[in-house]
Amino acid sequence: MKIEAQDVHVYYGQDHTLKGVSLTVKKNTVTALIGPSGCGKSTFLRCMNRMNDLIDNCHVKGNILIDGVDINSPSVNINELRKAVGMVFQKPNPFPKSIFENVAYGLRVNGVSNKEYINDKVEWSLKQAALWDEVKDKLKKSALALSGGQQQRLCIARALAVEPSILLMDEPASALDPISTSKIEELIYNLKASYTIMIVTHNMQQASRTSDKTAFFYMGELVEYDDTRTLFTNPKKERTQNYITGRFG
Amino acid sequence: MKRSEKVIESFLFACSLLTVLTTVGIISVLVFETARFFQVVPIWDFLTDTEWSPSFSKDQQHFGIMPLLAGTFLTTFIAMSVAVPLGITIAVYLSEYASPRVRNIVKPILEILASIPTIVYGYFALAFVTPMIQELFPGLGLNNFNALAPGIIMGIMILPLVSSLSEDALHAVPRMLREGSYAMGATKFQTAFKVIIPAALSGIAVSIILALSRAVGETMIVAIAAGNKPTLTFNPLNQVQTATTYIVQTVNGDVANDSIEYKTIYAVGMSLFVITLLLNNISFWLKKRYQQVYK
Repeated sequence: MKIEAQDVHVYYGQDHTLKGVSLTVKKNTVTALIGPSGCGKSTFLRCMNRMNDLIDNCHVKGNILIDGVDINSPSVNINELRKAVGMVFQKPNPFPKSIFENVAYGLRVNGVSNKEYINDKVEWSLKQAALWDEVKDKLKKSALALSGGQQQRLCIARALAVEPSILLMDEPASALDPISTSKIEELIYNLKASYTIMIVTHNMQQASRTSDKTAFFYMGELVEYDDTRTLFTNPKKERTQNYITGRFG
Repeated sequence: MKRSEKVIESFLFACSLLTVLTTVGIISVLVFETARFFQVVPIWDFLTDTEWSPSFSKDQQHFGIMPLLAGTFLTTFIAMSVAVPLGITIAVYLSEYASPRVRNIVKPILEILASIPTIVYGYFALAFVTPMIQELFPGLGLNNFNALAPGIIMGIMILPLVSSLSEDALHAVPRMLREGSYAMGATKFQTAFKVIIPAALSGIAVSIILALSRAVGETMIVAIAAGNKPTLTFNPLNQVQTATTYIVQTVNGDVANDSIEYKTIYAVGMSLFVITLLLNNISFWLKKRYQQVYK
């Protein structure tokens, strides 16, 4: 198993946001996390690279094993963890730097200084993110001049450059137009061969199009977790049924 | 429109008109008197002559602004060398490292520095800093009046301007940029210096320029501790006279109202005005041109 979450609880101060979630994820699969706003799906995603550590008064309990290692144990180097578990955010968040420097950033902060290696890696990452052809002639231009969809693919390239094995995506297409969205979805499908992907989405079609497995969260609990096809065609819980058919959420 | 609304509107208009008229009044006096000064002293001499001695007898009079500007730039440069590195470091600490508790305590205390009367700073520089440096480094040969001590103290005075405004700029950088950097495995330090500072650069530059124009216009500290001998020097151990110091001393001295000496203060004042106006415009332009807009 690539990821094993065992009875994960998250507290923001007094709020008990995640109430004992356990699930396992296989290598090179796409897992969709769905559920209404505030159900804890993003919180769960952010446990995977310990992004919640950045929030004051946030406590995480339970075990999360990645490749069998408990990521919350004191011996884990958080920077190494985040290098191995890449993340793409809801809104494109390129740095105020050139396109090239955005992708090279992760390499540079991890101490890579070999110019040739960085050049190759940037090109490789941009190709992986299906952005190379659109930007290869303007790598020195500011990343902020790109369109929203391009910026998001740049952020994916940026995450891929440090060679993570897991890619977390927090509603990666929610701020994008339909064409950009379909490009991102195609990309997710292609990236699956090399990465284990976890994606939070509000979009049922997106979940069913892109993922192998789907987890439905409600009020901080994992209600149902199954193969995507099964969950969408033959859900076992009534709440799941109601949510995916749009009766609430 | 209702009558009362009209009254209120005209009152508000009158208020804004008052400030505009005041500005126009001050500028026209400056321009008018400066023009009269330049009828006697060629502008070229004013800008290039390396001596400033308006109070000497006629045949030895020199009207070169350079020594005064040298004094102003020297003290300002020293102040900026103190305020900019220290101010940005403090801003980074407060915005990226300090807990909200520490931040809420330290920031107001820092801002108290800005509310200390400059005359107190002046005496502090003269009566404490200069003797201290003289004692610690007797080999320096520091003059009792010098550019170094008031420069350092001026740097401390403008420190909150840099640290506070820079901290605001750093703090305004969206959280998602920080998260983006941390998610790449970057450390706090790398995030602060490679992502947050570049993203806040326009705000930081604005804070530096505002501090700069404050230092250029600062009067009391240098008037007390820097001396009153116009010298074209960049040696911080010497005494210098800044443009502002010159104006204070001339206004307080007994100069005839219509003499050329009297008119010099307008010419010097005009020079200062042009410099600060330029600086403020640069900061305005920087803000407009380089501000990153995040939606």
